[in-house]
Amino acid sequence: MTDELVTIEVDGRELQAKPGTMLIDVTDAAGINIPRFCYHKKLSVSANCRMCLVEVAKVPKPLPACCTPVNDGMKVSTRSPLALAAQKGTMEFLLINHPLDCPICDQGGECELQDVAVGYGSDISRFSEGKRVVPQRDIGPLIATDFTRCIHCTRCIRFGAEIAGVRELGATGRGEHMTIGTFIEKSVDSEMSGNVIDLCPVGSLTAKPSRYQARAWELTQYSGISAHDSVGSNIHIHTRNNRVVRIHPKENESINEIWLSDRDRFSYEGLNSEDRLTQPMIRKNGEWLKVGWQEALEFAVKGLQSAAGSDGDQLATLVSANSTLEELYLAQKLTRGMESNNIDHRLRQSDFRLDGNDSPIPGLSITISGVESLDAALLIGSNIRKEQPIIAHRLRKAANNGANISLINPLWIDLHFVADQFVSTPAMMVNNLASIAKAAAAKLTGNLAKIVKAAEVSNEAKAVAEQLKSAESGAILLGSQASAHPDYSVLVVLASAIAEATDSSLSYLPAYSNSVGAALAGATPHRGVAGVPIEKSGANAELMQSMPRRAYLLMGAESDFDFWNPSLINAALDQAECVISLTAYRSDSLESRADVMLPIAGFAETSGTFVNAEGTWQSFNGVVKPQGESRPAWKVLRVLGNLLGIDGFDQNSSNDVLEEIKSLTADLTIDNSVSTKTAGEMNSSTKGLCRIGDVPIYASDALVRRAGSLQKTNDAVTASIRLSANQAQKGGFEDHQDIIVIQDNNRTQLPLIIDPRVPDGAVWISSALPGTEMLGGQYGEVILEKA
Amino acid sequence: MANEVCFRTLEYLKQPWELDEYKSRGGYEVLNHILKNKIEPSEVVETMKTSGLRGRGGAGFPTGLKWSFISRNAPGQKYVVCNSDEGEPGTFKDRDILRYNPHQLIEGMVIAGYAIGATVGYNYIRGEFWEEYERFEAALEQARAAGFLGDNLLGSGFDFQLHSHLGGGAYVCGEETALLESIEGKKGQPRFKPPFPAHFGLYGRPTIINNTESLSSVPVILKEGGEWFKELGVENSGGSKLFSISGNIKNPGVFEVPLGTPFSELFKLVGGMKDGHKLKAVVPGGCSSPVIPGEQMMDLTMDYDAIQNAGSMLGSGAIVIIDDQQCMVKLLDRMSYFYHEESCGQCTPCREGTGWLWRVVNRIENGKGRQEDLDLLESVCGKIAGRTVCALGDAAAMPVRGMLKHFQEEFQYHIDHKKCMVGAGPTKGLG
Repeated sequence: MTDELVTIEVDGRELQAKPGTMLIDVTDAAGINIPRFCYHKKLSVSANCRMCLVEVAKVPKPLPACCTPVNDGMKVSTRSPLALAAQKGTMEFLLINHPLDCPICDQGGECELQDVAVGYGSDISRFSEGKRVVPQRDIGPLIATDFTRCIHCTRCIRFGAEIAGVRELGATGRGEHMTIGTFIEKSVDSEMSGNVIDLCPVGSLTAKPSRYQARAWELTQYSGISAHDSVGSNIHIHTRNNRVVRIHPKENESINEIWLSDRDRFSYEGLNSEDRLTQPMIRKNGEWLKVGWQEALEFAVKGLQSAAGSDGDQLATLVSANSTLEELYLAQKLTRGMESNNIDHRLRQSDFRLDGNDSPIPGLSITISGVESLDAALLIGSNIRKEQPIIAHRLRKAANNGANISLINPLWIDLHFVADQFVSTPAMMVNNLASIAKAAAAKLTGNLAKIVKAAEVSNEAKAVAEQLKSAESGAILLGSQASAHPDYSVLVVLASAIAEATDSSLSYLPAYSNSVGAALAGATPHRGVAGVPIEKSGANAELMQSMPRRAYLLMGAESDFDFWNPSLINAALDQAECVISLTAYRSDSLESRADVMLPIAGFAETSGTFVNAEGTWQSFNGVVKPQGESRPAWKVLRVLGNLLGIDGFDQNSSNDVLEEIKSLTADLTIDNSVSTKTAGEMNSSTKGLCRIGDVPIYASDALVRRAGSLQKTNDAVTASIRLSANQAQKGGFEDHQDIIVIQDNNRTQLPLIIDPRVPDGAVWISSALPGTEMLGGQYGEVILEKA
Repeated sequence: MANEVCFRTLEYLKQPWELDEYKSRGGYEVLNHILKNKIEPSEVVETMKTSGLRGRGGAGFPTGLKWSFISRNAPGQKYVVCNSDEGEPGTFKDRDILRYNPHQLIEGMVIAGYAIGATVGYNYIRGEFWEEYERFEAALEQARAAGFLGDNLLGSGFDFQLHSHLGGGAYVCGEETALLESIEGKKGQPRFKPPFPAHFGLYGRPTIINNTESLSSVPVILKEGGEWFKELGVENSGGSKLFSISGNIKNPGVFEVPLGTPFSELFKLVGGMKDGHKLKAVVPGGCSSPVIPGEQMMDLTMDYDAIQNAGSMLGSGAIVIIDDQQCMVKLLDRMSYFYHEESCGQCTPCREGTGWLWRVVNRIENGKGRQEDLDLLESVCGKIAGRTVCALGDAAAMPVRGMLKHFQEEFQYHIDHKKCMVGAGPTKGLG
């Protein structure tokens, strides 16, 4: 390949380009507009719409700019009579069967067909026959279809095949009868499906949740950052009358490109949930009273002071890592101001034995865009597609380019790329990793050296070690199934040693939008701001529950669904003297346990900063007013700090808080170093059945749990007990029968589903779902009985 | 003069499709010779070039030149594909090759594979040709058993596997890249070109794809020599050609005659018109070639240049003879419906334009035509032709333009009088 450029002439302008580049890419870069429908810079070229026909000198026929490679001396006219006649001809064809129902079409005002028709269409149609009508099709709760409007550009089909990695939409029928649809009325279930709404140039695929809610020109567009996974996808928030109407992706090539996961796109619906807490409430004599802020805050302060005023250790602060950097910083400042280090955001972790030797600022040690140039990757405990859809998309690109990807998981994962999966019971995951450590000759000491020495090296493990070693860019990534594992410390140390031995990078895939920010802000008991170790470490999330405190301060976390062991946290809250919850939502569970509920602003209602997995700080503004009396949490914390008489709570804006954090953290970035080569004894139970309690994609946080449309998708699962056929047979259980599950002496009844993804010896009971909140930890021994 | 290439065995054998009978007339001798003597593949390609054989599927691209686009020594898998998806209305010649001379096609494909270094071939057979498919399958079995297909053919070290693939009945799959998509198991839709199949063909590998008649001609060309074949025909149209001739004639059928044969001679060969019918017009090269008035046709010779100079195409050699009792509007109505029905729907001009064309022709046929309709037809044709992914769009536009050029008065009569000039009733059963 030569790097030499060729010179072409377009409409009299000289342009330089690499030979072989498609003409449309060259003209796009030069700002010369050629109309198009099927062409899309992120999709393969299909050249089917014929809208981009241009005249090329010495070629008698007009050529499509999207699939005509440039060569030296080429002369192109994009607006010559021949080119214009061709473009207008195509436009006429596209319109003859288009319904022109623009007044009732959601795409109206932002429709590519409408826009191009203004320039290339005719006032009067020469086509006077009946137009094509396509029967309505329901493809799920997220995407509204009106295939009568379809212009058959096939962008949605190519998106499925090339980007989402699942071919859910396709074309059936020939000629005029060609229609887009799913296979036999199936729904579109990809976790990235909403992107077809943006790709569709007409109103054939539109957003169902926001259907008929606003015309495009009535909306105001603001920039924002997604608040779910740790990617921090850039978004455009569209509002009308102080209400979020819809979310679109905002292009950022280094983070989310032009894509958005469905969770990031549709979760805004949770903002308008009936559960919203819109006024401060306090519980007096067992009765919940709506009160003003002043009274509520004074009540809260009194409660805190009486329960933990004299003994800071009696205060436990448990915060959601979906809170902003500013909120997390102030929460830890307030906690430490009360002489307590008991603050933690790691609510879904149970093994804290590595604290002190753990990675100070755990995250991605490569960039998000760098994921796609990996040659080899080993994922430990991650259902990457559902946890981090955008990173999974990048990883898929790597796999499609030939990267070797392996996963160690307690479940078979539905992937959209080729990978080797090591699936075993949770306890055996450690052995699988130890086997790779041995094959890689990883250096370990003490107990772990023994475990590795005892491990058998399989051919598969050898292959993984070899792939990592020979890779120019290899990575080991720990997911949220790893951080919830009872032997997380063992997994981390093994992973770290393998990374060292294979010259790979070690990374964490933080579960929440601001997990990295939480570490930076010091929302951990053993490390303060900037990850600096605390001399006298406070109680970690687990200890704060297993050794109950008198006062609890909760922020953004729901005890039934956001904790590793809901029955443990609920018991701790039940016995506490004072429970203060900064929350956007009320729930029966909270009302039965809290003493004060302070309504805080939700997503899009507050300004702040998220630090994503790769350590990029992304600040955003509030774009709609907080609902009712709710206030941004940073303000609530600031006033609480003042009322408690703690110094340093005089910031006037979230930006002031941010500046304060910046002055403390300077240029700090991801630090995944692990300073030990050994770990404690194995916690994982090897006897009985072990529960695997993952967090389903649409149960991951309070906002998404209340997003109505997402909750109607097939990924919005209900609580169940999933077993392999083998395991079910052993217990004498039948498919779809209710059975009893007992964990830590707590019992409940749930339907059994036979699922080949579950290994023998394990039971898959997802957490964070109604019906599981009375059970124990995400991992742990369970007993199954017939009902 | 006739029946020297694809039909060379026809009149000598009782069951020319059987291996033994084919061999008795010199079948597989050329392949044997090439493999035994390790003839240079480039020599084979050169002979093909010399022969002047032009693709018999309709486009008329020189076969030898097509073969020379593939580098025999390029690494990786290469393919030979035979296009037996004979769907052009009026064409039924390849069917007769599959019926009566399948081994010659097999022999031709093995030689083609040898010439370009391909070890796998596919014969894509039109979905409706079930009996022909079965007969070809039987021939494949015989050839495999006799060692003409499989590994290490005749001890030469050359492997060639050949499979037949029955299509699903879509006309568009006769377009070579749609055919490749169909073999790959995808929806039959043409690919945009470039890249051409010689570089990016079946499964993305270099592929030659030729018509059944072209590939069946290969053994004879190599036996008798390129010059011999070329001399059969005329300048720029080497060899002999199969013509499928239909219409209200006395003796319709498939005839092999040298290219350059006067149409008047062919007309005699088919016995002329049935009694009571007079020659009115001729579609010389399959449904998509523009119609030529009968008297003009009588002065033409059947070769690529002569027909092209008359404003039409030799195409696949499907001659449809139209008599004086046929209504041209009705005929075009039927033809346009075909393209409307067979458009794959991929690209805009063809998907939308073919339906529009048919609807306008149909309303003229049914006495609902408007004065502006003839201009509209011309205009819509102009917006389809030359702007589509494959040639189906051109194929839909050309017959309309041909009819309007030579028989506009019949269309105008339909519009003006809301009835037929020749007294044929309206078309039934369309749409």
